[in-house]
Amino acid sequence: MAVVETKGLTKVFKKGELGAVNDVNLTTQEGEFLVFLGPSGSGKTTLLRMIAGLETPTSGQILIGGQDVTYLSPRERRIAMVFQSYALYPHLTVYKNIAFPLKAQKVPKEQHKQKVEWASGLLGIEKLLHRKPRELSGGERQRVALARAIVREPTVFLLDEPLSNLDAKLRTSAREELEQFHARVKTTTIYVTHDQVEAMALGDRVVVLHQGEVRQIGTPKEVYDDPADTFVATFLGSPAMNLIPQERDIVGFRPEHLLPASLISPDRRVSMHFHFSHEEYLGAERILYGSLADKRFEAKDVISRLPSRVEASFAPGSIVEFAVPRNELKFFDRATEKRAAPRVVSWQ
Amino acid sequence: MAIAPGSRSTPESRAWWLGQGMFYPAMIYVLAVIGLPFALAVVYAFSDIKVGSVGYHFVGLQNFKSILHSATFLRALYDSFIFTVGSQILVLVGSTLLALALEKKFRGRGLVRFLMLLPWVAPVSIGAIGWKWILDSLYSVINWVLIRIPILHLDKFNPPQWLGEPALAMASVIVVHTWRLLPFSTVILLAGLSAIPKDIPEAAEIDGAGFWRKMFQINIPMLLPILNVALLFGIVFTFTDMTVVYILTRGGPYDSTQVVPSLAFFTGVLGGDLSEGAAISLFMVPILVIVAYLMLRAANRSEIT
Repeated sequence: MAVVETKGLTKVFKKGELGAVNDVNLTTQEGEFLVFLGPSGSGKTTLLRMIAGLETPTSGQILIGGQDVTYLSPRERRIAMVFQSYALYPHLTVYKNIAFPLKAQKVPKEQHKQKVEWASGLLGIEKLLHRKPRELSGGERQRVALARAIVREPTVFLLDEPLSNLDAKLRTSAREELEQFHARVKTTTIYVTHDQVEAMALGDRVVVLHQGEVRQIGTPKEVYDDPADTFVATFLGSPAMNLIPQERDIVGFRPEHLLPASLISPDRRVSMHFHFSHEEYLGAERILYGSLADKRFEAKDVISRLPSRVEASFAPGSIVEFAVPRNELKFFDRATEKRAAPRVVSWQ
Repeated sequence: MAIAPGSRSTPESRAWWLGQGMFYPAMIYVLAVIGLPFALAVVYAFSDIKVGSVGYHFVGLQNFKSILHSATFLRALYDSFIFTVGSQILVLVGSTLLALALEKKFRGRGLVRFLMLLPWVAPVSIGAIGWKWILDSLYSVINWVLIRIPILHLDKFNPPQWLGEPALAMASVIVVHTWRLLPFSTVILLAGLSAIPKDIPEAAEIDGAGFWRKMFQINIPMLLPILNVALLFGIVFTFTDMTVVYILTRGGPYDSTQVVPSLAFFTGVLGGDLSEGAAISLFMVPILVIVAYLMLRAANRSEIT
């Protein structure tokens, strides 16, 4: 187990262009599950590939377990990586796939069998050892890839969107398995994803990346409840946070906090007129679409997320009184879009 | 209702006519250029026809019996195997190395790829005539260089006769043919290499594989199906080829580089014995069919996805 550290890590693919990764400073904790979260093109995969040694940084430093590995080849870094496509060796059986890192790292031959059995037992794929990758389902391939990564007990685990090739149902169970797997092996893990649900569910901490820059590092609760800027605020959470531009700042609140005014006690709430347009029924909740009726908000579109147990019906086009608890209002500077100090608002 | 070929009213029938129009020119071309000569060869091989003879006289397997007893033919068959196996080994090793090198990005790769293609693009005869001079008995450039390398102690007045000594002549013919086929095989392998997903060699690197392990346990095994195809084409192109032999040695010295196709040409066309020439060339068909069948079966088995 080891700590991964990056210092001023930058990658520029084409001279003169904006860097894919810009001045990233990160330190994992021992045994931590760290998630890189960002939209496509945010540099999260490039960052991971630099840590793996598949990409050479333009500048900056990478340390693994205190050792400078910036210019070491991947094989000298003692890391394991699971690729988005799993990158199983198609011509080798599952057994040989899992044993490959052992052979490559010159682990004595007598230990291979026992280690492969240990890794495949951990992931429940003992029965697949004689098969070829093409005879496996998506979920089985993912487990083989994980077994191949864990078999030589690496110091760091790198996972590049390992769940994105699975169908939605399998993804949830595979996510849970990954969680339990990490709880058992407790290896420092860096996980790349564009799926905020995965990031929140798996990460001890989440690194939110945008355009090659770290926007925020924090626990899932911190990045969700206290977003550092409007990008983090809107990227996490579905539907996204409502943002209402004001003269000096931007006021934000999450859809689940925009509720009919009667549900919030009068001394805690900030009320507004909700011009209801239409709704989506999602079973456990309803998503209400509409806009703010007051003129000075320029009919700004807002979304409310109402638990289904709240029984209320709204006629399309009607104006209803909605409210947000005062402590759930987040303020952002209008110019920099960074988090700003809260102030008193009265919109009525 | 089936589409009526006669009516031109509906879009379906127009499509039918278009289909016929596209199909038949190709069909006629193949029949005229490959089918007809092949059929003629079969007809001739069972007759005693010669250039200038009148009428057709069926002789059964006579021609085949006679060539199987001919030392010249057996020698040509043996030479053909040496020629094919020798050049294919060189082509496989050479084109694999070239393809792996040309796949990497480097300055001037485009130019190198273009130059590498030249032996295939240039007319065979021009290339082979160039080689004839390079290997010439008096003016050989190779000998000029070799004589000036002191440690070789070559006799200035009796240098190697590249096309004049049986073993050297066979080696020369093999090398020149390899030079010709190398680009074709390399291009096939380059296409195959680019079809290997990049992350598989990368995964091998992370798993701790060094250069050689990555090469022999990952890259080359994944290239095997396409290598198989390149080899099949190579064998067919080599076993049926007579250009290099014809231009460089005419089968000599003492028939030591005479291959089956060149023997068929010398016997049937230059010698005028059409029926025996046809029988000799027909002899190649079963051999190539068996080779192709075995290799395609192997390709099917090793198919990877």
